[in-house]
Amino acid sequence: MSFTSIGFICFLAATVVLYYVFPKKHQWKLLLAASLAFYFIAGEWYLPYILFTIISSYIVARLMRKNSEREKLYIEQNRDSLDKDARKAYKAAEKKKRFRILILGLVLNFGILAVLKYTGFTVNNINSIIGIFSDNVSLPLPKLLLPMGISFYTFQTMGYLIDVYRERTQAETNPFRLALFVSFFPQLVQGPISRHGDLSEQLFCGHSAKWENIAPGMIRVAWGFFKKLVIADTVMIAIKSIMSSPERYSGAYVVFLILAYSAQIYADFTGGIDITIGIGEMLGIRIKENFDHPFASTSTKEYWRRWHITMGTWFQDYIFYPLSICKPMQKLSKWSRAKMGPALGKRIPVYLATIVTWFVTGLWHGASWNFIVWGLLNCLVILVSQELQPLYTKFHNRFPKLNDSYAYTLFCRTRTFLLMGLIRVLDCYRDVPLTFKSVGTVFYDFSSWREFFAGGVFDLGVGPREYIVVALAIVTVCIVSKFQRAEGISLRHKIAERPSLAFLCLSVLVVVIIIFGSYGIGFDASGFIYNQF
Amino acid sequence: MRKEIKITIFAVVSLIIVAVLLHLCSLVLRPKYMSQPLEGALIAEYYGEVDKGRQHQVLFVGDCEVYESFVPPLLWEEYGITSYIRGSAQQLIWQSYYLLEETFRYESPKVVVFNVLSMKYGEPQKEEYNRMTLDGMRNSPVKHQAILASMTKEENIASYYFPILRYHSRWKDLTAEDFKFMFKRDTVSHNGYLMQTGIRPMEKSFAEQEAEAINKIYDPDLPATAFEYLDKMKELCKQNGAELILIKTPTNSSTYWWYDEWDAQIAGYAEQNGLDYYNFIENEAIGIDWQTDTYDRGLHLNVYGAEKLTKHFGELLVSEYGLESQQSDVGVSSVWKTKTEQYYKQKEEMERGQ
Amino acid sequence: MDKLIEILSDLHPDIDFESEDGLVDNGILDSLDIVTLITEINDKFDVSIPAEEIIPENFNSVQALFALIEKLDEE
Repeated sequence: MSFTSIGFICFLAATVVLYYVFPKKHQWKLLLAASLAFYFIAGEWYLPYILFTIISSYIVARLMRKNSEREKLYIEQNRDSLDKDARKAYKAAEKKKRFRILILGLVLNFGILAVLKYTGFTVNNINSIIGIFSDNVSLPLPKLLLPMGISFYTFQTMGYLIDVYRERTQAETNPFRLALFVSFFPQLVQGPISRHGDLSEQLFCGHSAKWENIAPGMIRVAWGFFKKLVIADTVMIAIKSIMSSPERYSGAYVVFLILAYSAQIYADFTGGIDITIGIGEMLGIRIKENFDHPFASTSTKEYWRRWHITMGTWFQDYIFYPLSICKPMQKLSKWSRAKMGPALGKRIPVYLATIVTWFVTGLWHGASWNFIVWGLLNCLVILVSQELQPLYTKFHNRFPKLNDSYAYTLFCRTRTFLLMGLIRVLDCYRDVPLTFKSVGTVFYDFSSWREFFAGGVFDLGVGPREYIVVALAIVTVCIVSKFQRAEGISLRHKIAERPSLAFLCLSVLVVVIIIFGSYGIGFDASGFIYNQF
Repeated sequence: MRKEIKITIFAVVSLIIVAVLLHLCSLVLRPKYMSQPLEGALIAEYYGEVDKGRQHQVLFVGDCEVYESFVPPLLWEEYGITSYIRGSAQQLIWQSYYLLEETFRYESPKVVVFNVLSMKYGEPQKEEYNRMTLDGMRNSPVKHQAILASMTKEENIASYYFPILRYHSRWKDLTAEDFKFMFKRDTVSHNGYLMQTGIRPMEKSFAEQEAEAINKIYDPDLPATAFEYLDKMKELCKQNGAELILIKTPTNSSTYWWYDEWDAQIAGYAEQNGLDYYNFIENEAIGIDWQTDTYDRGLHLNVYGAEKLTKHFGELLVSEYGLESQQSDVGVSSVWKTKTEQYYKQKEEMERGQ
Repeated sequence: MDKLIEILSDLHPDIDFESEDGLVDNGILDSLDIVTLITEINDKFDVSIPAEEIIPENFNSVQALFALIEKLDEE
């Protein structure tokens, strides 16, 4: 069930109403039922997969918790008989046991994800290697079901397991409560990836219907629909036209594609998250923000702190840090410092971990080479700018006033925006050589500009009037974003202070979305022309 | 407490405003079918008759072959028979059935005529044609049934009740016509007959067309679903005391061929169920000339062909079904006098325009 | 403590570390800095900071960082 469907809107309305009718103590049970129903409607065969994750994680977390309880009890009881070293040794041994349990949980769940998501990719790659040596031997491509949102819920749940292991959060004693944490429907489709410590309390303490929650929540949901339907889905039509005939659309069209795709992915992804967070807010549940005005970033590093934040921190906390400070890495660091000198040596572990992290990030986005290359290019940009840091510092010392000038900030933002847009084209074409070839045409195919402006831009399935509406919508989004950033306040909460204004806002959004949104069967006058029977 | 009351009032008021606004937008955004394609306006036009309490002795249901082949004003003029055609573009048999069911709620025709071409379809065909048939119907449980029976996979039932969900993207294609006919539309047909005065002859002979047609891939068996609805239609007519006549109008095109196997099945069905079935395709008594009587190379009849068929069929209605002339009824006469005048006026105008 | 400030100043010469208490929250230290920092600390203080201790509260100020090192040394 997609967010932007009539079915989902009805489902949501029913859930919210029932939620507040339910006694507070039982509200979470309703949410669990709604979430499982949501997932079942999305695909009848999805449920067994998520149930496996829930049950296995429940058991693994419980075992770890039992172990650490036993450990505490033992130390408590033998406080006098154990000296410091013995205590340490006991603790370490127990931790090792817990670690083994954790690894079991991780292997099981990541294993399922890997098999479902990456088998096809692996088989394809093996086949192309075999293809070098022989023409007629190839492995069969298995057809596997990929449950909706499996990457998101697996990561969220594995984060939970690691947090339990690290004793950052309490293991759930009630399997149904864990089930809700894993399957909470607003974030099942596209995140955010919440941490157990942040979300669980919110989910299980009851909430009473409050205007201060419901109104801003509704506004945010409507705002998300606006971004998704009026901007993203309209622009997508033009993007699809360009993508589907790369031979025909080169040069100017590729530049347009970079810009349009930036707008599309921003509107689609942040719009979806707006809907998620808005739903949470309507239910009184605070969900972590996933975006912080990413296009206002002045560097790639900053961009990745502000775009898809929960994924970034997931990779940072559970992959980058553990990897870069693990014992072998530290040994490597010592060794390389001794052999290559402090300057180079100290970079080795950090850079190695960064590269691995970005490789995995790319792989997580999708099982194909374009995502891996995309991840590594991001990594390259970050490392290069890291290396150039001393140069920047020198430069800024020469021109100390530059950092305060708005024009320079604007320059940095534009640079980051274009760079990220350029790298992002990889997931448009989904084909590495083709992407490089198409982007290449930007630098020599200048004749396309004339065609583009002579009306080519209107042949992409989006007419001039629609472009005007999209442009106005984008300007609206920019103004709202700018306002929120400058004032540091939340506009929707401000609006909700006055009910009349809130309803005005909602009404306008609803009418605009219904008329100007791209949804349903598009009206194609030619389909109505009665030419035959 | 005061705050809650305030919020409730605002909520109700804004809901009403949004509903009214969206309704107005919906009226503007719906296709009006006041210029081509006019077919979309046919189904809704019938209610003009209903609201004036007019009754008809003969009711036609079916696809384009009925609304291009029978001329109600002529049936009146020649035989004093009152009739209406509830035809629409690619009307599928379940749509014909539900339209018939709806019509019986308003009036009691003596004869119901169904054109059997649509028997070849057992599944929903094209969303746009569904729209042209169903959008015109007034909301009722019957319409709901008709929608459920007709929807293609990508359709959503909500869009039939809130047409703005279907037509919202027409905002960029709006013309003056959309505002002019927002509330009230012109009449485009003559009791369901849509006039065509153009002539585009069919050069190939009937035998040549047949040779082409039988080389195409086709299913020799008409779908079972279609027969289920034909059964229902038969029962419905029985309950309402109307005689059901099956017909196949004359055509001469390999594009939409009426195969002999199909004809045999319909004939067999008619015989088993005590119905009359007339295949007019090769009926020389009608006198269709494919050089002058078709506007699209043999697919449909133009007005000259339709007039010939109407006269022939009128004879049948009088001789075989005993329909009596209503011309002695002053009220009915005056209504039909106007209709006949309008018919000839439009015919003359269209002929002059060519 | 001084040793710690020395390591930090090596990373960011322009920051006054003694008074700053939002090193992570204010975006002064990023993830690359933190890893470099931990490597240095592990080396110079002969402790080993585990991944689960990498949370903003432990890295926001020199004082917090120093407390962390002492705690790890203690155990």
